[in-house]
Amino acid sequence: MSPVIDNLDLYWSGFLTSLEFIVYSLIGSMILGTVIAAFRVSPIAALRSFGSGYVTVVRNCPLTIVLFFMAFGLPELGINRSYFFFGIAGLVIYTSAFVCEALRSGINSVSAGQAEAARAIGLTFTQTMTQVVLPQAFRSAIPPLGSVQIAMFKNSAVAGAFGIGGDLYSVGKTLTSARGFEYIPVLTGVAIGYLIITLSAGLALGLLERKVAIAR
Amino acid sequence: MRIKKLGAAAAALVLAGSLAACGGGDDEVEVASETDFEAGTTMAEIADRGTVTVGTKFDQPGFGLLGLEDVPEGFDVEVAKIIAGAMGIGEDDIEWVQATSDIREQVIEDGDVDFVVATYTINDERKQRITFAGPYYTAGQQLMVSSDNDAIEGPEDIADNPDMKVCSVTGSTPSEQIREYLADEDQLVLFDIYDKCADALSNGQVDIVTTDNVILLGFAAESEGEFKLVGEQFTDEPYGIGITKGDVAFCEFINETLAENEDAYLAAWERTAGEVEGTETPELPEADACA
Repeated sequence: MSPVIDNLDLYWSGFLTSLEFIVYSLIGSMILGTVIAAFRVSPIAALRSFGSGYVTVVRNCPLTIVLFFMAFGLPELGINRSYFFFGIAGLVIYTSAFVCEALRSGINSVSAGQAEAARAIGLTFTQTMTQVVLPQAFRSAIPPLGSVQIAMFKNSAVAGAFGIGGDLYSVGKTLTSARGFEYIPVLTGVAIGYLIITLSAGLALGLLERKVAIAR
Repeated sequence: MRIKKLGAAAAALVLAGSLAACGGGDDEVEVASETDFEAGTTMAEIADRGTVTVGTKFDQPGFGLLGLEDVPEGFDVEVAKIIAGAMGIGEDDIEWVQATSDIREQVIEDGDVDFVVATYTINDERKQRITFAGPYYTAGQQLMVSSDNDAIEGPEDIADNPDMKVCSVTGSTPSEQIREYLADEDQLVLFDIYDKCADALSNGQVDIVTTDNVILLGFAAESEGEFKLVGEQFTDEPYGIGITKGDVAFCEFINETLAENEDAYLAAWERTAGEVEGTETPELPEADACA
């Protein structure tokens, strides 16, 4: 394990870069996923078809392809941003399709009577969603949302091949290629970095689930 | 890009075909008919076996590139053929294994290959795990920019233009060595292959691509005037042949073989990496002491 211990500073900076990347992607994908889920259950047909079209296309595209379109497609259209930005954009677009579907299952678990009652007392669609349906939907969708986000944490390693310098994946590559260290200890160190993130996310999810659980 | 590459591949095929039609006698690497090695040495073992396994790059134009014929081509490949030939092994009895930068030490240590010729820069960290024969070539790091970029004339200009991005490959020696010339870390963009760097330079996402001169020359030649190389080589990258750590006899044998076959070595250069415009025919560098 000496390659890991000797390069702890490198691992630490890689860990922080990956964590930063993951936090932005988490926030972005939750927001975009919620909006798309709202589209999918909205009374407006155009929004519904946009929502289902988005999910169909994005969920069925490999992540690498989405990232390729971001990193090499957008610049061709004259959009030049950092690769960190492109990476987050790609991961947000990809993950939000899964967030949307997890959340939609939560929305479906809220009985139709709730929405009907909300409309009956005069709430608009937006009010019905934000005040009545979504708060309940999020609670019951926490386990699937958690799985989707933990998958996203690990998917962030793929973005390492698209110009995000200094993340955990790049640290592993640098140590094995340029410095010629052995694969197994170096990658074990990378795996530990991801495990720290995913395991603590799993613990936090468990706590959250107990805290907001509703007895039905 | 894709179409251009296909075109180049087609041209290469036509060229190969016409060479074959001429008989192509001067293309052959000499194969020793009789060999006599001390028992127990790696050379004796390989000669007895009658085959040799060589690790090389499959994606490095001019050095080791796997073409449509499923056999790698390039300068590294030719150097490997010279060494194999001296042990009485013809090119048909060489088994080629892909040795990407991150697994080169591993395949040597695990005994998956007999030796590795793969644009393999000799350095002390790598010497901890393997032994290097050679060097057989000295590359040098250089910069490639768009033809309309006049701000960059050498590595010293990078820090003066902090908005410019430099592209290289994750974990490569050039990506490590360019760091001292940067104003800050954010200037460095790293991909897994050089093709992506060239694309990023083409669409304006990065301003400079840096790696060994021979690799850049390949891209510059392919770009039809879109890219140019600037400045002098600012590092020395001695390429060595990786073998099992401590195999001094094999190391000395390789060094002697190269020294004795300097003509074949030069001819190998001319018909591979030397075909790219702007490259200079190298002299065989003096070999390091084997250890």
